[in-house]
Amino acid sequence: MIRFILLQNRQGKTRLAKYYIPLEESEKHKVEYEVHRLVVNRDPKFTNFVEFRTHKVIYRRYAGLFFSLCVDITDNELAYLEGIHLFVEILDHFFSNVCELDLVFNFHKVYLILDEFILAGEFQETSKKAIIERMGELEKQE
Amino acid sequence: MNPFSSGTRLRDMIRAIRACKTAAEERAVVRKECASIRAAVSDNDNDYRHRNLAKLMFIHMLGYPTHFGQMECLKLIAAPGFPEKRIGYLGLMLLLDERQEVLMLVTNSLKQDLNHTNQYIVGLALCALGNISSAEMARDLAPEVERLLQFRDPNVRKKAALCSIRIIKKVPDLAENFVNPVASLLKEKHHGVLLTAIQLCADLCIVSEEALEYFRKKCTEGIVKILKDAVNSPYAPEYDISGISDPFLQIRLLRILRILGHGDADASDFMNDVLAQVATKTESNKNAGNAILYECVETIMSIEDSGGLRVLAINILGRFLSNRDNNIRYVALNMLMKAISVDGQAVQRHRATILECVKDSDASIRKRALELVYLLVNESNVKPLAKELIDYLVVSDQDFKGDLTAKICSIVEKLSPEKIWYIDQMLKVLCEAGNYVKDEVWHALIVVITNASNLHGYTVRSLYKAIQTSGDQEAVVRVAVWCIGEYGDLLVNNIGMLDIEEPITVTESDAIDAIEVAIMRHTSDLTTRAMCLMALLKLSSRFPSCSQRIKDIVTQSKGSLLLELQQRSIEFNSIIGKHQNLRSALVERMPVLDEATYSGRRAGSVPAAVSTSQGNTLNIPNGVVKIVDAPLVDLLDLGVDEPAPTNSSAANFLHDLLGGVDISSPSAQSGTMQPQKSGTDVLLDLLSSGSPLAQINTSTSDNKIPVSPLNSLSLSSPLPAATSSMMDLLDGFGPTPTPPAPKDNGPTYPPIVAFESASLRLMFNFSKQPGSPHITQIEANFTNKSSDVYTDFIFQAAVPKFLQLHLEPASSNTLNGNGSVTQKLRLTNNQHGKKSLVMRIRISYKLNNKDMLEEGQISNFPRDL
Repeated sequence: MIRFILLQNRQGKTRLAKYYIPLEESEKHKVEYEVHRLVVNRDPKFTNFVEFRTHKVIYRRYAGLFFSLCVDITDNELAYLEGIHLFVEILDHFFSNVCELDLVFNFHKVYLILDEFILAGEFQETSKKAIIERMGELEKQE
Repeated sequence: MNPFSSGTRLRDMIRAIRACKTAAEERAVVRKECASIRAAVSDNDNDYRHRNLAKLMFIHMLGYPTHFGQMECLKLIAAPGFPEKRIGYLGLMLLLDERQEVLMLVTNSLKQDLNHTNQYIVGLALCALGNISSAEMARDLAPEVERLLQFRDPNVRKKAALCSIRIIKKVPDLAENFVNPVASLLKEKHHGVLLTAIQLCADLCIVSEEALEYFRKKCTEGIVKILKDAVNSPYAPEYDISGISDPFLQIRLLRILRILGHGDADASDFMNDVLAQVATKTESNKNAGNAILYECVETIMSIEDSGGLRVLAINILGRFLSNRDNNIRYVALNMLMKAISVDGQAVQRHRATILECVKDSDASIRKRALELVYLLVNESNVKPLAKELIDYLVVSDQDFKGDLTAKICSIVEKLSPEKIWYIDQMLKVLCEAGNYVKDEVWHALIVVITNASNLHGYTVRSLYKAIQTSGDQEAVVRVAVWCIGEYGDLLVNNIGMLDIEEPITVTESDAIDAIEVAIMRHTSDLTTRAMCLMALLKLSSRFPSCSQRIKDIVTQSKGSLLLELQQRSIEFNSIIGKHQNLRSALVERMPVLDEATYSGRRAGSVPAAVSTSQGNTLNIPNGVVKIVDAPLVDLLDLGVDEPAPTNSSAANFLHDLLGGVDISSPSAQSGTMQPQKSGTDVLLDLLSSGSPLAQINTSTSDNKIPVSPLNSLSLSSPLPAATSSMMDLLDGFGPTPTPPAPKDNGPTYPPIVAFESASLRLMFNFSKQPGSPHITQIEANFTNKSSDVYTDFIFQAAVPKFLQLHLEPASSNTLNGNGSVTQKLRLTNNQHGKKSLVMRIRISYKLNNKDMLEEGQISNFPRDL
């Protein structure tokens, strides 16, 4: 199960944080700080997996943005890595060539996409097309 | 009205915040925004509510407090339109979590929205419920969610399925309600629904044994078929990821098969074919393919044995391990750990590669590999593996050393073929990374050293050499200081030389130099310094010629700011200066520490009451507060739980006591108060401070010099303060103890033989004062069964906490041949009528100037005492 998802830039500014487990606000900030420190200086050749407390963080860097998923220790790391990439592809498709600023100004849409992709810490839909279509329907509701 | 396209106030705010050059500017902007949002909140502004909340969420993301927005979420959720609800639910998920009371207020709105005619609103409600539902909400809304599993729109069905996962995790009792609906979802074709249904199925199996049985029987076949179709399906662009059709679904399917097949031969048998197909047909040049293979290997390892498949799996892992992609190597290491239990030999074949991974530059790989090596070590390969690891320790990263030393120590300890090898390896580790090892590690080393009596000389000499070069590693210094204190005489005289050793010349003064360096080093902590003081005290007896120098070093700690060191310094000084005749007996070599007790205690398998004080002597060198409490508890607990074994290992109490004088405890402090009050001898303080024993030296006029204050103490009839201080140790004995005045008008009890050995007999006569049934007067009568004279006769006793013991002085401290001595005891039973008396005793005396010690436990007291 995914415990939380973080999108952070290289400076450690959190662009998106979604927690599927309850944490105190102070604890969330600590977690965000620690995860950033863990991933930011790793060599690109290194594994995309870092052990974090009793769990592990699967992360992937896209330009200046780090996408980090914290998952259970028994989970399939490679699958979540593929999941991160899928999420990025969806964002890229939705914002047509996504950049960090898109995510800043449209953070609420990013959350909306994420809620169509992952729910209760599990993958909900793995078809890029289905999610994009669904987003179109939701936008019509506005 | 869309707050984000028209008003653009959110955009403006984000721009304004982004334009800030300093944190102070940003705070100012945020403060202003928050102020206007608060104003809007108190005005109950409806038009801009969702825009304000969106802004608040952004502010929240920056890390500012936004709790005042919580109620706004609830209001928005209660609003009729989708846009308001959307922001309301988003805010709910971001600003609140399941622990907030406010969340209860939203249950009703959620319920309405779950029944809403607009399926997108139903979707929002399911999403919020799935992400932050509490147990109460789960219980309240489970029927709605269950119903939605059959909703016409697949988007709602899949959300409901994941939402159900949250519900059954929060309230496992509800699992059975979901079993049937899930079984029908598994028949669907829609990928999203299938994906979520399989996940729900897996979670149901985890929380409910019945669900597992049900799915195993009814659904295994269906799931195998879905997987078969997925593997063999033609190209489906929608779910294709780098040429592999729906890897996420395949992984989920493999995972549920693992759960169904685990521990069930029939189900396992059923899935063999499809697993073989996945393992052979999946392409391994892309991450998605490897993810499937990885999952497949794990499933093969977990289900019931099928030789052919396992060979296939191990081969895949072998390929993974030699892959150039670090991610793949990482998962290979991960999986090999699980494979060890299945096929250890096959994993051993990859040992060399795995060992290389321990030295990888990537910490994640190193950590995995180290865990794996740890599992791979056995008697036959421990020496080369340990050597490799220790060699690597020298060059490893600082932050890896902690893990590495822990593992090496554990390997060496677990599998060492001989003690000398163990000691050598441990010394190497301590010298390289002594600052990284845990206390248990060097404690264990000391236990082993004391047990290897033929290696004492060798060890102390090796340690002496080691601290010359590695004096900055705390752990090696501690062990060295301890050993030099114990075996200093072996060090200077080259006693017990092994063939492999080169003789070294160490003078007594060199040995003391080594300890002086350690105690003076500014990085030494309290523990090390306390151990140094102890070692010096011991050396003062081993090297009488250096006594004055030692005294000088010990004296320097008199000014220490640490109370513990200061106190010990003064006490030891007094022992070295004034009590030469006692000293050698006090600082005798530590007895052999019992390995079994110690390792048992480390494993936590020995109940506290059963373990003797032995195990704890080990803790003593580290000087941590309260350590001595453990033997104290042991002794005192003996009547409460099963009786402590009175084996010889407990025989060293006095040594323990003195070995443990660097321990501070409340009782130790109460001990220090005594000299001013009653002028009690330091020795008595020492004995009373760390000890639960009420001890009275049965001194008479022939024993004046060292313990003269004791002498007066034992003769004075109002109870001396020192005695009551000892009583304080035993739970604050009343400050006004009545002088013993036995009268024989209470109920009578038959005398018992409390203890008998070949040389001694101890009789107890009981009497009680009327009106105080819980107090028992005991007249102890010691009879010498031999014709020899016992001198320096001392009787000690310890009782459990519910008892209080007062010992009067004995009638004499010399027991002539066939003679007898009497001593009065008073026992107060705080649980009179509920618990019987019990007592542990120790009798020491000198026979022809040889120390004799006898001990035992008395549990044959008459009942009702």
